[in-house]
Amino acid sequence: MDLAYTDEQKAFRDEVRSFLAEKLPKRLSDKVAGGKRLTKADYEEWHAILNDKGWLGVTWPKEHGGTGWDAVERHIFEMETTAARAPRIVPFGINMLGPVLMKFGSEAQKAHYLPRILDGTDWWCQGYSEPGAGSDLASIKTTAERDGDHYIVNGQKTWTTLGQHADKIFCLVRTSKEGKPQEGISFLLIDMETPGVEVRPIVLIDGEAEVNEVWFDNVRVPAENLVGEENKGWTYAKYLLTHERTNIAGVGFATAALEELKRIAGREMSGGLPLSQNALFAAKIAQVEIDLMAMATTNLRTVAAAAAGQAPGAESSMLKIKGTVIRQEINALTRQAVGPYAMPFVSEALEEGSNVEPVGPDYAMPATQSYFNNRKLSIYGGSNEVQRQIISKAILEL
Amino acid sequence: MNFELTDERRMLSDSLRRYLADTASFEAAAKATEGETGFDATLWEGIAEMGVMGALLPEDAGGFGGAGFDLTTVFEEIGRAGAVTPLIESGVLAAGLLAELDPEGQAERIESAIGGRVLGFAHAEPGARYDLSHVAATAEASGEGWRLSGRKTVVGFASAAEAFVVTARTSGEAADAEGISVFLVPAGTEGLSLRDYPLNGGGRAGELVLENVTLAASALIGPEGAAHEALETVHARATCALSAEALGLMETIRGLTVDYLQGRKQFGKPIGKFQALQHRMADVLIEIEQARSAVINLAGHLEADRVTRERHVSATKNLIGRAGRLVVEESIQMHGGIGMTEEYALGHFAKRLTMVDHRFGDSDFHLERFIRLSAA
Repeated sequence: MDLAYTDEQKAFRDEVRSFLAEKLPKRLSDKVAGGKRLTKADYEEWHAILNDKGWLGVTWPKEHGGTGWDAVERHIFEMETTAARAPRIVPFGINMLGPVLMKFGSEAQKAHYLPRILDGTDWWCQGYSEPGAGSDLASIKTTAERDGDHYIVNGQKTWTTLGQHADKIFCLVRTSKEGKPQEGISFLLIDMETPGVEVRPIVLIDGEAEVNEVWFDNVRVPAENLVGEENKGWTYAKYLLTHERTNIAGVGFATAALEELKRIAGREMSGGLPLSQNALFAAKIAQVEIDLMAMATTNLRTVAAAAAGQAPGAESSMLKIKGTVIRQEINALTRQAVGPYAMPFVSEALEEGSNVEPVGPDYAMPATQSYFNNRKLSIYGGSNEVQRQIISKAILEL
Repeated sequence: MNFELTDERRMLSDSLRRYLADTASFEAAAKATEGETGFDATLWEGIAEMGVMGALLPEDAGGFGGAGFDLTTVFEEIGRAGAVTPLIESGVLAAGLLAELDPEGQAERIESAIGGRVLGFAHAEPGARYDLSHVAATAEASGEGWRLSGRKTVVGFASAAEAFVVTARTSGEAADAEGISVFLVPAGTEGLSLRDYPLNGGGRAGELVLENVTLAASALIGPEGAAHEALETVHARATCALSAEALGLMETIRGLTVDYLQGRKQFGKPIGKFQALQHRMADVLIEIEQARSAVINLAGHLEADRVTRERHVSATKNLIGRAGRLVVEESIQMHGGIGMTEEYALGHFAKRLTMVDHRFGDSDFHLERFIRLSAA
């Protein structure tokens, strides 16, 4: 048992730190810290900086231009980048499609798509959920019918995060209605420029259009865009989900959010004292901090096991639940901390360089936005209830 | 970063687990609680013969361990078996405090404790609740020696102790950290009286009254009036040990409850097939893993600087208290009536786990302390 990093890992952490100190633009970290709206260009700028260093393909092996890092190194990178308030790496190409193509894609697909993910030529989005297929993902209805050397796609995807920026979408489509629902699903790559594809924004309760509906009306997709075999898409989808669940605990995000909560509680006054010295509120902060301290170690235990070659199983479901509960609690306390200034909503103030003055302290509106936005944490990537089912089956054997 | 036990600890853990599985039982613990000492003599001798106590003390005190992960290795198994022993009182606290204050002068006494002779730890007092520095018992210089008076409360396994490690104030006021001294008082010394009783969850303890107990000058252990730091250090270790014991108790309760969910049938199927119970059990499991991480965090920081160490003491004990309550209440609820019967094992483990929150500070005490230490 040794909770400390090795000398090698410490040296790596220092290397990440000095890279961030040197290369992370202050303009971007200020926007992240200040809760401002990040544009497509902001994400692309950060991706390009990471790619120049060879650090964009965080989860990728070296042969495909990735970092080749082990789980501990990835963890260190995540902790340092979130602490420095860097923009997140948009996960759809890097963490989701990339690993699927490496494992199941054709040589031609790998050669064509992987470099374009790294250099930013393609911005991918995820076409999984449908209006009738959320937690029950296998019940998707979007169809792809073979027509010569093309598929004709019809249907609708939803909750497509940042789809408004995307050039391409990877989709689960139904290619067969025979057998079990899982057996007729295929994994298809679709160019968003193809006639018949339409993206409609969905505005969420935080006032932002982070997600979209994507409609397909007789969209002709070349058959060569099928990944792997027809009707085997469910296998690839599950494989992708295991990668979606890396870093699922969100320890870095939680740590940064807790620091922000403490900073705000130190500034907000209540009864002549900073809120951080109010016994009741201080107890709530301390409680979630203690939970986070334990969860960070639960996460490290999984990270260490992964670095030793064990595939994370249902443990990631535990991390998903505990991690999201903690982050949502921090968000709720931060919203509570800003008091009446949680109420004003002036959307323009979220724009970089906006002349619109925020109402009250500048941290107030982002606190409320994050609270509303992060209700998603316990819903996406397999809702927390679905995760409990996984734990019940895989670990408890009930 | 490494979360594997060393080979030595793995061996200790395995052999202790095997021994306890054969020897300890909740029925034997219940019987011993009605006996004179409060623990099973055969079990205790076996533990002493295995050298378990030596694993709790560092080499300079005659042991061969004493690190945080030595404590957790031993006590997780103690908890898993629901074993009732004076290991914490006699080993971690009494012998541990002698080793902190005067390892050379007390070498013989420590060695005999490692061999299984029981030392009592008489520190807590009525009204002190969980405040370590609250010592109202007094020690006055008297002729060549000392005269002690005061009351000590819930002194574990007091009737089995051949001597007591007693704290008493040689200067200052009841709540001062300064002025606390430590004395060794042999059982049977004139002026010492004991009211002995059984405990919830097994074991016995006593209310110890000292009335003009006259001691030789050599009864003072370590420097006069300066024992608080050592007291805090041994309580950090004891909290680590108790938290690991709590984790072991939780693991056994988890096993019992999952077995029950799989085996008990209602409405024509195992009750574990019902989602209402599956989700509750999943949440219990998550909190047990949180408890495991909290124990690791404390064990890994026992040698850190004082504030870091004590912050982890309070963080861990707070979490263990909350998780323990959840595990106890959910497991009894999911068992239904059978979980409340004395003849079924769950009750013993649930009561022991409940009592963990009543030793060395409960979850609220440690939450408040964590806030104070974080602000420091």
